[in-house]
Amino acid sequence: MVNLNFIYPEIFLSISIMALLIIGVFKKNSSNLIFNLSIISLLGSLALIFNFPINTNIELFNNGYKIDYLSSFMKILTVSSGIFVLLSSNKYIQIININKIEYPILALSSILGMMVMVSSNDLILFYVGLELQSLSLYVLASFNRDNLASTESGLKYFVLSALSSGLLLYGCSLIYGFSSSTNFFIISENLTESSNGLTFGIVFILVGLAFKISAVPFHMWAPDVYEGSPTSVTVFFAILPKIAALTVFIRFLYVPFLNLIEQWQMIIIFLSIASMLFGAIAAIGQKNLKRLVAYSSIGHMGYALAGLSTGTNQGIQSSITYISIYLFMNLAFFSCLFMLKRDEKYFENIEDLSGLAKNHPLLSFSFLIVLFSLAGIPPLAGFFAKFYIFTAVIEESMYFLAIVGLLSTVIAAFYYLRLIKIIYFDIEKEKYETNHNIGLKLSLLISSIFILFYFIYPSWLTEMVEKINMI
Amino acid sequence: MDFPILSSLILLPILGSLFIFFSKSKSNTNVTSKYLALFVSLGNFILSLYLWYLFDATTSDFQFLEERSWIKGFINYKVGIDGISILFIILTTFITPLCVISVNNTIKNRLKDFLIAILIMESLMIGVFCSLDLVVFYLFFECGLIPMFLIIGIWGGERRVYSAFKFFLYTLLGSVLMLVAIISIYWMTGTTDVTYLYNIGIEAKYQNLLWLAFFSSFAVKTPMWPVHTWLPDAHVEAPTAGSVLLAAILLKMAGYGFIRFSVGLFPIASEYFIPLIYFLSLVAIIYTSFVALMQEDMKKLIAYSSVAHMGFVTLGIFTFTQQGMEGSIFQMISHGLVSAALFFSVGVVYERMHTRLINNYGGLVSIMPKYAIVLMVFTLAAIGLPGTSGFIGEFLILIGTFKKSFLVATIASLGVILAAAYMLWLYKRIIFGEIIKDEIKKLMDLNKTEFIILSFLAFPIILFGFYPEPLLNTVEISIIDLIEMYNNNINLTKN
Repeated sequence: MVNLNFIYPEIFLSISIMALLIIGVFKKNSSNLIFNLSIISLLGSLALIFNFPINTNIELFNNGYKIDYLSSFMKILTVSSGIFVLLSSNKYIQIININKIEYPILALSSILGMMVMVSSNDLILFYVGLELQSLSLYVLASFNRDNLASTESGLKYFVLSALSSGLLLYGCSLIYGFSSSTNFFIISENLTESSNGLTFGIVFILVGLAFKISAVPFHMWAPDVYEGSPTSVTVFFAILPKIAALTVFIRFLYVPFLNLIEQWQMIIIFLSIASMLFGAIAAIGQKNLKRLVAYSSIGHMGYALAGLSTGTNQGIQSSITYISIYLFMNLAFFSCLFMLKRDEKYFENIEDLSGLAKNHPLLSFSFLIVLFSLAGIPPLAGFFAKFYIFTAVIEESMYFLAIVGLLSTVIAAFYYLRLIKIIYFDIEKEKYETNHNIGLKLSLLISSIFILFYFIYPSWLTEMVEKINMI
Repeated sequence: MDFPILSSLILLPILGSLFIFFSKSKSNTNVTSKYLALFVSLGNFILSLYLWYLFDATTSDFQFLEERSWIKGFINYKVGIDGISILFIILTTFITPLCVISVNNTIKNRLKDFLIAILIMESLMIGVFCSLDLVVFYLFFECGLIPMFLIIGIWGGERRVYSAFKFFLYTLLGSVLMLVAIISIYWMTGTTDVTYLYNIGIEAKYQNLLWLAFFSSFAVKTPMWPVHTWLPDAHVEAPTAGSVLLAAILLKMAGYGFIRFSVGLFPIASEYFIPLIYFLSLVAIIYTSFVALMQEDMKKLIAYSSVAHMGFVTLGIFTFTQQGMEGSIFQMISHGLVSAALFFSVGVVYERMHTRLINNYGGLVSIMPKYAIVLMVFTLAAIGLPGTSGFIGEFLILIGTFKKSFLVATIASLGVILAAAYMLWLYKRIIFGEIIKDEIKKLMDLNKTEFIILSFLAFPIILFGFYPEPLLNTVEISIIDLIEMYNNNINLTKN
C-alpha cells in the first residue's frame, strides 16, 4: 500500500484545481473569487509540504516518485513564488482584461506539473509532469487572445517546445533501450560503461531540458515569448519553469548519470559559457524591458548551469542558492515593472523609465538595488549568488569557466548600468500612478528586503541548501 | 569583549544616512540633513581620533580585533587595524566632514541623496581599511562602486554618463579577477583570514598568478599607466566632493591593498614583479607629468598629477625599504590632503565662473588675495617643497629607491621637476597675469565655508611638513615587521 501522506500537497492541489473549475463553470462572474481561492489553495498546498518533516527521504510508486529534501525545498520555492507571482499580477490581469477563471487554474495546473517534475525519479513520470507544466504554459502565453503578439508567442512557444519535448522523448527511449529501465535508480545500477546510444540519449534529454530553461543555443523562443506574453505570464516564465527544470537537471545528471560525468560535463560547460556570454552581449541592444529580462535570464541560467557542471555537491548547492536568489530578484524586477502604470496602461519599454528617480524615489530605489543585484555587485544578494557559484567552480579548478563567467558579469553590468542611468540620470517624464494593490506592494517589499539585507545573515539560506546531498 | 569601536566607525555613517533618509527637511534648504550629516561625520572623526589615542604603536599586531561568524564555516567578519590602516581611517574620517561642509556651495539638487551617498561611501571606505578577511575586504572594495557611480552620474558635469560608466566598468573588470584569486586562496589554504594567511603563507608556485590577479584590481584603482584613463574622466565630471573622495581616499585603497595584500600575502611574487612595477611607476611619473603639462582643464591637470603622485607611491612600496614604504604611506596621506585641497580650490573658482578651462582665468591675485595664498600653499605642497607634507613623502620614497636602484631613482627625481613645472605653470596662469575677462573682476573672495575647508586642509599639510613624527611613528613598527617578514620569505626561497 502506497503511503499517500507524502503526496498530499499534490493531491490537494489537483483536487482544488478541479473544484475551482467546477465553481468557475457554475458560478457566473466568479473570476475574482477563483483567483483568491487559487492563492488559498497554493497556501494550503504549501502548508501540506510542511506537514511531514522536510528531510524525509522516501520513494513512492515503485521508486518512481521521490520525496526528499531537494524536492521539498524546490516545491516550497515553486509554490511560494507561484503565490507571489499571482499576488503581484492581480491588478495587471484585471486591467488588461484577462481576468478569466481559466487563468489562475492554468497557473495552478502548471505548478502541479512542476511539483511532479521536481519529485520525479522516473523518465515517464518526469515527462508527464513536464507536459502538464508546458501545456498549461502554452495556453497562458497566448492568454491575451485578442493581442497579436500574445497569440504569436503562445504558438511559437508551443511549436518549439513540442519539438524539444519530442527530442526529449526520443532521448528517453534511447536511454530505456540501453539501460532497460526508465527508473533513475535502476538506470544507474544497470549502467556500468557508456555507449554511443546512451550518450545520444543523454544529449537529447539535455537538449530538451536546456530548451526549458532557455540555455543557449536553445534560447531562441525566450525573447519573443517573454515580450509577447502578458507581463503576468512573463514573470511566471521567468521564474517557475526554471526552478523545476533545474531540479530535473540536477536529478537527471546526478542520480542515473553521475558515473558518466565525462559524457555530459563538457556539454553543460558549453551551455553555461554560451548562455553567460550570449545573455550578456545580446541584452545590450534591447529596447523592451521584458525582452531584456529574457536575455538577462538566459545569462543567469548560464551561471546556474556553471554550478551544475562541477559534478560536486558544492556545485549543486550553489546552483540551488543561485536559483533561489534569482527568484527574488526577478520577482522584485517584475513587481517594479507592474508599477509602471498610467491611465490603465502598462509601460514596458526602457525609455519609459526615463528620470523615474525624480518622481518615484522609492520605486527607483527598488529598481536600483534589483539591477545592481542582478549585475552581481556586492553587498546585494546577487553577488552572493554568483560568489557561491564561483566558489564551487574554482574548487574544481575550472578557472576558464570562472573567468569567462566573471568577464560576462562585467559585460552584463553594462546594460544593467544603462537602465540605472536612464532611471537616475535622464530627464523625467510624466508621473506614474501610485495606487497599487497590497499584493504587489507586499511582493516588492519582501523581495527588495531580501535582496538588500541578505548580506547581514547569509548563512540561513546556505544552511538550508547544504542539506541537499546528491552524491 | 570591549566596545566594538571599528564596527561602530563603519556603522555610524550608515546609521546617519538612514536618519537622513527618514528625516523631514524643507526641500529647498535641507538644513536638517546637512546638520545631521555634519554631526555624524564629525562624530566619526572624533571617534577615529580616540581610536588613534588608544592605538598602541609599539606593536605590529592587529589591534581592536573583532571577529564574528558570518557565512558559517566559510567566512568570518573580521576587522582590526595596525599602524598602516589607522592612518587611512583617520584620513577618511577627516576628509568626509569637509566634503559634507562643501555641499553648501556645490550641490544644488537632491542634496539629501548626495549626503546619504557620501556617508555610505565613508562607511565602505573605512570598511576597506580595517577588514582582515579577503572576502569582507572585497565586499567593501566593490560596494563602493555603487555610491560613487551615482555620485558621478547624478551630480556630475556634462559627460557624466560616459565617465560614470567608464569608472564603473574599468574598476569592475579589474576586480573580478581578484575575486577569482580570493576564492582560489580559500581552496588552497582553507581560509580567507588575512592574519592567518600571513602566518601560513601561500605556496610559492601559485603566488605569481595570484599576485597578478590582485594587481589587475589595484592597478586599475591606483591607477597605474596604462589603465589610468578612467581617472581624468571621472575626476573632471564628478562634483567637487566626489572628486575629493575619489582622489583623497578611493585611490588610496589600492595603495593600501598593495601593502596589505600584494606584499603581505605574496612576498615572493612581489619580488619577482619588481621590474614591472618600477617600469609602470616610472611611466606614470614621467609620462603623465608631461600629459599634465598639456592640459587645458584644471581638474584634468590635477587628475593627471594624481596619477604621477600615485606612481611615486607604488615605486616606494616596492622598494621594500623602511624609508620607501613609510614614504609611500606618508605620500598617500599627504596626497590625500593635497589633492583634496586642490580639488576644493578648483571647486571654489568653478562655482563662480562655471568653467574649468585654465585660459578663462588669470589675474585672480588682485581680486581674490586669500584664495591666491591658500592655493599657493597647496601648489607648493603638490610640488613637494620642503616644509610641506608632500616633501617628506617624496623624499623618503626617493631615498628608498636610491638604495635599490640608482637609475630608477634618478628618473623618478625628474618627475619632481616636472611636477614643479606643471603645478607652477598652472598657478601662474590662474593667479597671475592680466585680467582678460570682465567677469573675473566681479569675483568674490573665499566665503566662510570655503575658508574653513581650505584652512583645515592647509593646517595638517604644513604641520606634517615640519613635524612628520606622529604619522611615521604610527606606521614604523608595522612597516618594519612587514619588511622583515618579506625578507624572511625571500631568504627562504633562495636557500
